[in-house]
Amino acid sequence: MRVEERFAQGDLGAFEELFRAYQRDVYRWVARIVRDHGIAEDLTVEAFLRMYRAHARFDPNRNFGAWARRIATNLALDHLRKIRREALLTIDPEDLRAAAQTGGDAAERREIRDAVARAMSELPPKLRVVAMLALVEDVPYREIGEALGISEGAARVRGFRAGRLLREKLKTWGAAL
Amino acid sequence: MNEQDDRDLREFLKRGLTPMEAEPRRDLWPQVLERMDERAARVPWLDWALLGTLALWLLLNPRAIPMLLYHL
Repeated sequence: MRVEERFAQGDLGAFEELFRAYQRDVYRWVARIVRDHGIAEDLTVEAFLRMYRAHARFDPNRNFGAWARRIATNLALDHLRKIRREALLTIDPEDLRAAAQTGGDAAERREIRDAVARAMSELPPKLRVVAMLALVEDVPYREIGEALGISEGAARVRGFRAGRLLREKLKTWGAAL
Repeated sequence: MNEQDDRDLREFLKRGLTPMEAEPRRDLWPQVLERMDERAARVPWLDWALLGTLALWLLLNPRAIPMLLYHL
């Protein structure tokens, strides 16, 4: 019996096998959306718990990875909705290090970083997810659509709307775009 | 927004937020098991509510206790 079939029957061993095969992918996907390692870990664990609870509804003929990403994306979206207006986008230490290595004026770099973080934070969560994945991470719209449960075209429209809003906000704040 | 605008925007955003090259810092399986146990041990709020209602009812109707014990 295939591992997906055993998982669908609630086999914990099969779930662990699938977890080990997909935890990296799910974590990386979530981290790209929320840009925080601790939150990405927490959401990854929560996503796998939801998968296990929903094992009976999983069709073993479906792609487990795509199903896992979809659940993880929904959780990441819920997280963005929850934190909206509570705080600005967290700046990942990697961003700070990378910004320091690219050269240029430190104050200008900080200004750009803050402006981008603020503009992203002000986007509606469902546009922010697409903006983060498509415009910053260069993830193809087909993959984004799959993870959000929408068509590639709909994901592209969201990307376009997010881009237009970001440009407007950044230009208002004087960004040289 | 044309293709050039799109490219410019992507470039600008990446100057502020670099693409994430994230890897899990540890194995998350123990955390999954831990949360599974926590949730299995947790008594649902509805059970507590039913228990509370029963206790209150018995407090108000102490004569019902022997009858309840008989039916148990």
